[in-house]
Amino acid sequence: MSKSFTPKVVTANDLLKGDVIYQTATGWTRDLADAEILTDEAHADLRLIEGSQQIADVVGVYLMDVALDGTAPQTTHFREAFRAKGPSNYVHGKQEVA
Amino acid sequence: MTILVTDTGFTADTWDQGYTPFGEAANDVVSIDVPADTNPADIKITPTLKMVRIDFPSFADGRGFTIARMLRLAGYTGRLRAYGHVISDQYAMARRTGFDEVEIHQDLAARQPQEQWKFRSDWKDNDYQDRMRG
Amino acid sequence: MYTYNDFDKSFIATRNAQFRDQVERRIDGSLTEDEFKPLRLMNGLYLQLHAYMLRVAIPYGTLNGGQMRQLAFIADKWDKGYGHFTTRQNIQYNWPELRDVPDMLDALAKVGMHAIQTSGNTIRNVTADHFAGASADEIADPRPVAELIRQWSTDHPEFQFMPRKFKIAITGSPNDRAVTRAHDIGLRMVEKDGEAGFEVIVGGGLGRTPMIGKVITDFLPQEDLLPYLESVVSVWNQIGRRDNKYKARIKITVHEHGIEEIRRLVDERFAIVKGSFSGIDQVRLAEYKTHFAAPDFVVKSEAVFKDAYHSDPIFRSWADTNLSAHKADGYSIVSISIKKHGDTPGDATSDQMRLMADLAEAYGHNELRISHEQNVILPHVHKSDLPALHAALKEQGLATANIGLISDIIACPGMDYCALATARSIPIAQEIATRFDDLKLEHDIGNLKIKISGCINACGHHHVGHIGILGLDRAGVENYQVTLGGDHTETAKIGDRAGRGFEAHELVPAIERVVDTYLALRTDKDEEFIETYRRLGLAPFKAALYPEAQADAA
Ligand code: HEM
Ligand code: SF4
Repeated sequence: MSKSFTPKVVTANDLLKGDVIYQTATGWTRDLADAEILTDEAHADLRLIEGSQQIADVVGVYLMDVALDGTAPQTTHFREAFRAKGPSNYVHGKQEVA
Repeated sequence: MTILVTDTGFTADTWDQGYTPFGEAANDVVSIDVPADTNPADIKITPTLKMVRIDFPSFADGRGFTIARMLRLAGYTGRLRAYGHVISDQYAMARRTGFDEVEIHQDLAARQPQEQWKFRSDWKDNDYQDRMRG
Repeated sequence: MYTYNDFDKSFIATRNAQFRDQVERRIDGSLTEDEFKPLRLMNGLYLQLHAYMLRVAIPYGTLNGGQMRQLAFIADKWDKGYGHFTTRQNIQYNWPELRDVPDMLDALAKVGMHAIQTSGNTIRNVTADHFAGASADEIADPRPVAELIRQWSTDHPEFQFMPRKFKIAITGSPNDRAVTRAHDIGLRMVEKDGEAGFEVIVGGGLGRTPMIGKVITDFLPQEDLLPYLESVVSVWNQIGRRDNKYKARIKITVHEHGIEEIRRLVDERFAIVKGSFSGIDQVRLAEYKTHFAAPDFVVKSEAVFKDAYHSDPIFRSWADTNLSAHKADGYSIVSISIKKHGDTPGDATSDQMRLMADLAEAYGHNELRISHEQNVILPHVHKSDLPALHAALKEQGLATANIGLISDIIACPGMDYCALATARSIPIAQEIATRFDDLKLEHDIGNLKIKISGCINACGHHHVGHIGILGLDRAGVENYQVTLGGDHTETAKIGDRAGRGFEAHELVPAIERVVDTYLALRTDKDEEFIETYRRLGLAPFKAALYPEAQADAA
């Protein structure tokens, strides 16, 4: 494992619903807590490519940084925090169902 | 192998005289290949010129539409072909700007079969330009 | 108002069918996302942070009660019960699902509306003075011409895959409310020797490289308009830069080639293109003018208005800020503020939309407008109806008396919705509005325009705000840069950057210091913020913004 590599999660938007999703070992989830944590750079690149190939289901696939709180992934940038929660002016988006 | 698209769908290419690159065209040239960054005013319309093929390096690059229209406005009446990455959703635009036909590669034809192109063979209908120009 | 004829209806129906097909072909894999993206954008569909967003055109900002009611219906049926009115006379729905969008477009078509060319590298929906046809200061109503441009630019086959977006704005009044100098093309209706024509301005724009447009011709005869516009756009489509999207807008083309060279190229092309127009467009223009004929204004007593004005201070305060002079006797232009303190600028609920539709029908000759300042306008209301109108607006939280004041803030969606954002805009607008409402100072401060963008793209017009705020990401923290002295009117000017940015919690106090400085330095109450700024320049405001620099220097 490369030293400078920080943990990542593959994220995207769902093609049909448009909402934020995260890759798991077997598919996609809407809950960051269930996402597959990638700690190896080569493996992360591979998972990114695999995710990007699922063009019939997802759009805008990329790797996002996470911090680990025990084993649970936490967002590190405020943009990802909003994606994981929803807008700040209404209780809409993920926070609506949470 | 490339595929030619016209209003009737996919057809075999009937043009067998090749193309002269734009920069090498002499006064008696019959057919030319025009890159997308060509200034349309630089294309000489000579009596021998019968085929102009304009390149679309990417479907997102719409310069070819302007070149086609300017060629037609300058009086060119020969065959005009769009070549390269043109998608079926652009077929009506190509026809309306003066192209006669579109030449695409097989992989694109496989992804966008001829029904998708024929869906836009109605390009003469619902055209605001008709109403604005008369 | 323009109403769709059979041609328009058939056009929209086929276009919607094409888009429905494109959605299906994206889902079945015939279209890649790269190919689908420009097609969905051409039909107003974006992908934002949390969901898709559908941007619906309100061409030149004009709509009727039935259309507004349909916007409310769409908000309830396919969205979350509200819509966001934007600076470009659009309404945005923030939560549609991909498969529903074709149905939403069909619902729009039922009332003669669409989302065509509200996005993408095409000619965008044309914007116009929101007081058109009503304002006392107008030379001519720009909307018939705007409608002509709408039809000419819609589905224009040469101009669907251009280097970048292209925006046209038009005004028929010398007092520019359409920000014509910050558009790719700005048109000002003028007269020369009794002949109607246009001053044409090209190469304005905001974004990363803000530029004030340059006059390419000071008088273009009316009948030359479409061929001339076509020549400008055609030249740019050919020579505009495609290697770098930040240099693709026509403002950069004009900057790099010089206005003289662009003028030469356009004139050359115009000589060729002009012949492809038979003149039928002028016949149509004459017909469209009849669609926009003024309503039958009535003459009746204004006594009810005067009584309410004298007896009801809340009504008086609203009337003082939210009404503008109308060309017809006894009438007013009403600006309905969509900027209630603490709410999201430009957001209206479906109930509010339905109320505004009802009021337009009852009191406003069935006309509404959307302003680039994200408010809704009832352009023709008789003064005697204003007290009843005001009472009804109050019921739905729409009677805020703050038009043109410090809480009448333009804010883009920012990081709360926008995928390109570097920081949030909406909470900043909410905080500033709430703070100055608490201070009860805003009527004393008077005319002051705050404009906020959540990134360098400048959708919130911050460059031309009296106080402009730009949200940036500074090492993972939201940071806000302040510009001062911008102007969006006929005397358009890009604001001056004050200095280092502020973190969110420092920003409202910083704005307060700017405002306090103005209040302390103005000659009297009649000198507006922008006038004081012009008189004194940046220095005293900069000193107020950065007191620590003063301390260091001391
Ligand atoms: C939320 C999704 C949005 C996206 C992705 C978006 C994207 C952009 C981009 C990329 C630019 C810069 C263009 C350039 O300089 O080439 C821009 C400019 C602009 N946008 Fe937006 N925008 C969005 C929302 C809005 C909204 C909500 C408004 C109205 C409130 C708006 C109005 C404008 C205006 C007025 C400009 C600057 C004028 C100019 O074109 O130079 N945009 N937008
Ligand atoms: S200014 Fe930036 S953040 Fe705001 S809407 Fe435009 S692109 Fe998004």
